[in-house]
Amino acid sequence: MYPAPFEYHRARSVDEALSLLSQYGEAAKLIAGGHSLLPMMKLRLATPAHVIDIRTIQGLQYIEDRGDYIAIGAGTPHAMIEQSELLRAKMPLLSQAAAVIGDPQIRNMGTIGGSLAHADPAADYPAAVLAAEAQLVATGESGERVIPVEEFFVDLFQTDLDEREILTEIRVPAISENTRCAYRKFPHPASRFAVVGCAAVVTMENNRCSDVRIAFTGVASTAFRDTGVEDALKAQPLTSQSIEKAAALAAENDELEIMEDHFATEDYRRHLAKVFARRTLNQIASAF
Amino acid sequence: MGKLIGEAVRRVEDRRFITGKATYTDDIKLPGMTYAYIVRSPYAHARIQQIDTSRAQAAPGVIAVFTGEDVKDVNGLPCGWQVNFRNGDTMKEPKHPLLVADKVRHVGDNVAMIVAESREQAKDAAELLDIEYEVLDAVTDPAKAIEEGAPLVHEDVPRNICFDWEIGDKAKTDKAFADADHVVSLEFRNQRLVPNAIEPRSAIGVYDAARDKYTLYTSSQNPHLIRLLLCAFVLGIPEHKVRVVSPDVGGGFGSKIFHYAEEALVTWAARQVGRPIKWTAERSESFVTDAHGRDHVTRAEMAFDKKGKIVGLRVSTVANMGAYLSTFAPAIPTYLHGTLLQGVYDTPAIYCEITAVFTHTTPVDAYRGAGRPEATYLLERLVDTGARELGMDPAEIRRINFIPPFDGVKQPGYQTQVALQYDSGNYEATLNRALEIIGYHQLRHEQEEARKQGRYLGIGFSTYIEACGIAPSAVVGALGARAGLYESSVVRVQPTGKVTVYTGSHAHGQGHETTFAQIVADTLGVPLEDVEVVHGDTEAVPFGMGTYGSRSLAVGGSALRKGLDKVIEKGTKIAAHLLEAAEEDLEFADGEWTVKGTDKKITFGEVALAAYVPHNFPEGMEPGLEFSTFYDPANFTFPFGTHIAVVEVDPETGKVTLKRYVAVDDVGTVINPLIVDGQVHGGIAQGIGQALLEEAVYDENGELLASSFLEYAIPRADDLVSFEVDRTVTPCPHNPLGVKGAGETGTIASTAAVVNAVIDALAPLGIKDLQMPLTPQRVWQAIQQVQAS
Repeated sequence: MYPAPFEYHRARSVDEALSLLSQYGEAAKLIAGGHSLLPMMKLRLATPAHVIDIRTIQGLQYIEDRGDYIAIGAGTPHAMIEQSELLRAKMPLLSQAAAVIGDPQIRNMGTIGGSLAHADPAADYPAAVLAAEAQLVATGESGERVIPVEEFFVDLFQTDLDEREILTEIRVPAISENTRCAYRKFPHPASRFAVVGCAAVVTMENNRCSDVRIAFTGVASTAFRDTGVEDALKAQPLTSQSIEKAAALAAENDELEIMEDHFATEDYRRHLAKVFARRTLNQIASAF
Repeated sequence: MGKLIGEAVRRVEDRRFITGKATYTDDIKLPGMTYAYIVRSPYAHARIQQIDTSRAQAAPGVIAVFTGEDVKDVNGLPCGWQVNFRNGDTMKEPKHPLLVADKVRHVGDNVAMIVAESREQAKDAAELLDIEYEVLDAVTDPAKAIEEGAPLVHEDVPRNICFDWEIGDKAKTDKAFADADHVVSLEFRNQRLVPNAIEPRSAIGVYDAARDKYTLYTSSQNPHLIRLLLCAFVLGIPEHKVRVVSPDVGGGFGSKIFHYAEEALVTWAARQVGRPIKWTAERSESFVTDAHGRDHVTRAEMAFDKKGKIVGLRVSTVANMGAYLSTFAPAIPTYLHGTLLQGVYDTPAIYCEITAVFTHTTPVDAYRGAGRPEATYLLERLVDTGARELGMDPAEIRRINFIPPFDGVKQPGYQTQVALQYDSGNYEATLNRALEIIGYHQLRHEQEEARKQGRYLGIGFSTYIEACGIAPSAVVGALGARAGLYESSVVRVQPTGKVTVYTGSHAHGQGHETTFAQIVADTLGVPLEDVEVVHGDTEAVPFGMGTYGSRSLAVGGSALRKGLDKVIEKGTKIAAHLLEAAEEDLEFADGEWTVKGTDKKITFGEVALAAYVPHNFPEGMEPGLEFSTFYDPANFTFPFGTHIAVVEVDPETGKVTLKRYVAVDDVGTVINPLIVDGQVHGGIAQGIGQALLEEAVYDENGELLASSFLEYAIPRADDLVSFEVDRTVTPCPHNPLGVKGAGETGTIASTAAVVNAVIDALAPLGIKDLQMPLTPQRVWQAIQQVQAS
């Protein structure tokens, strides 16, 4: 409940936040909505000496159509993403994932940038941004760097971000008319984090899957794209049979470190991944 | 005015609660306040080799650091209920020190208290307290704790056995089983639960040196009991020198009945420090220090004849007491569990044996229902299992086994095989009503149709009985209680006819300020807003036993009603004098005394004024209109009912979804149906929590794995359905209000109903038993197992 002592800094700009980060180095943590950092600080699992608040920085909360992609400011709260007409029309996967994060209070406070930078292996966005093939913009003192999402999640709570960088923007490509997407999760009854979350984007051409992207969260130490399922569907029609066959391959990659806890063993998680792959893909099939 | 008993009056206390204006203990700010932080054991079992307080003492803001050495001459926390071994030996009652000096015995055990100028400084200093532990092997499973060679929690308690105990007729029961046509048996764990009141425990100790007087503010369900235990057993302070105040309390579910070390520590240390000391639990402390509930390892068997009549019940339970005996811990598996095994069935032979054991875990004590949910769970699971194995409908097997209706007036109470005598009951009526509401035949038809489509729909029953307001004191004393279980009231009619009543019971969510005011207003015929209900302060209210075991209305409400009767009796004498009429010619109704057959009358207010301005007053009568009453009931009260749960199980994920929930309860006369509904709803939710979600799991090292709301799931609105609640009314024959109690019925009934429903859903797959909580993984694994075999 009572965190260790820390100094609070309110940054008025990204530049100011970067200079504070550079000044305090490892002793500093960025805070936006606070819904990942504060619970850890209250339990003293995180004890940063300096907390740099970037929540009130002007210009980090936006959702913009940039033609090739939709740009989302890292400080955009989940509720805005959930309700965005633009996203719902052009990249509904992110709205679908945002809609099932926590509860309304959390969705009003928590931000997409904070969630992605925290890289909780059971958070909802990671699967969605992987399946969306997003690009993440990191801003450091030397300028901006665009990180393809497949390079972003390194390990449990670890990203490709340098400790002196700030995640400032998430770019997601708009989907085409013949593309459908869906996010489904099996929430933990206490935390409501995903025990298994499955995001999928499927594009059909001539009644066959021309592009399939399927990603899981909650299953392994980081969210991941499941190429086994994707490959099994490519160039196939999207039928309950093809889906059943492909979904059975979910979470079978030997390199995956499948998580295990009291609520869900490795076997059960892997099984749920298959069930949710099938249900997510069936939902997509029924939307065409 | 008019009749208020039975009216759904909206809770008068809610104005302050929903506007954030309530005063909880932690809201109290006193001049010179200091703050305590308790340093707790991170280990389940470890020897404290050395504590070096020097760095903590020197930390900013630190006023004092206390360790086990400082309190070694202070008594430990007492246990309020003694249960003897079968051979007559008294139970093992090891010292429960305020701060541990030698060995810690559970994660969260109190090791030191740091007092500082702020909470933050106290907590920061705690990190500078250097404690050397020698970590020892721990045992958390009660069944393992009694095995030879298991680590001992207390060196002088062999095999960790606190006591063993039995009830019922063993020989008769064994014979019934030997002669039976069919026997069903279950082995299960009634899992450990964390109570999770919304307000964490909090205590403020104050010492006034000039008056040599202590005040303890504490989030307790029973301030007088805390004062008694604190003064007479722990600190040895004369009771008249201590005031205990329990202001607004945010829920308890039993966990705030008990006397905790922090209450004694802040009171004791306030004198040492010379300033008030406040301690408030963090939520993570609540998880490991609020007394837990349940934790029974049980083998239960039920014997039937060919027609499905129950002929015997045999139960053997190992009950986990935790590391120390909490205040009422020994009573829970024995007198609140073993004595409830008659249930609502006319079972002719019952035998139950209990082994209570210490483990390296948080102490276990009463948690909403306390023993009665455990009794109901095993009975209702066995009856349903019997129905399935005998090919009978679960409603019908209950119907043929019910105790026939009795009102306790024309027909006598029902003498059980396990000591208790039920007051009144009409069990079948609740079953009939519940079947009607749920549309049972249609529902079974829907279930059949669903099964054809590969959907797993299940219907589960729970026909329960509960025992509230345990009493009378002489009986509970004979059973080992070290306290009486009466209740008190003071009715103070003010000169203007307004009424202040003081009750020894205590509200922490139950709505006494409304219900009790309704009794006063209805009885005296005064407006509800003319009544003030006071509770929770030992210097304001008469000695009372507080609130737990659904006793407030049956015992406290009856004490109040008896006090009101005395007011009317004296008021009648005054009225007769003023009206110059004979007492027997007067009638009292709607707040007025009228001379029968005339228009001569006098109001309640006029009589009250006369009582305090006794210029014209009956000769020899004392002035004033105030009465103090102590009420010791003749018996427990026994509410009962039928709950039916309908669930659907997703066999692929194992997830259980509640579809419908019907509850028909009989809690005797209802004073406020809105409040009773609220109690029933909350209780059902809590019982469903046990069935589906909640489990305090320890790992093999004795660490509580589900130690925060990230892992420990309590039910939320979207886990539930809209409950369909109805009632029958069978008044309690032995108290003046006819009330029975409604605080725990939902919790007692719902766990078994839901588990029975899930097993009913999965019966076509061959599933006969599931262990709680029925998490998706457990259900899925059970399906995998039956499909593999």
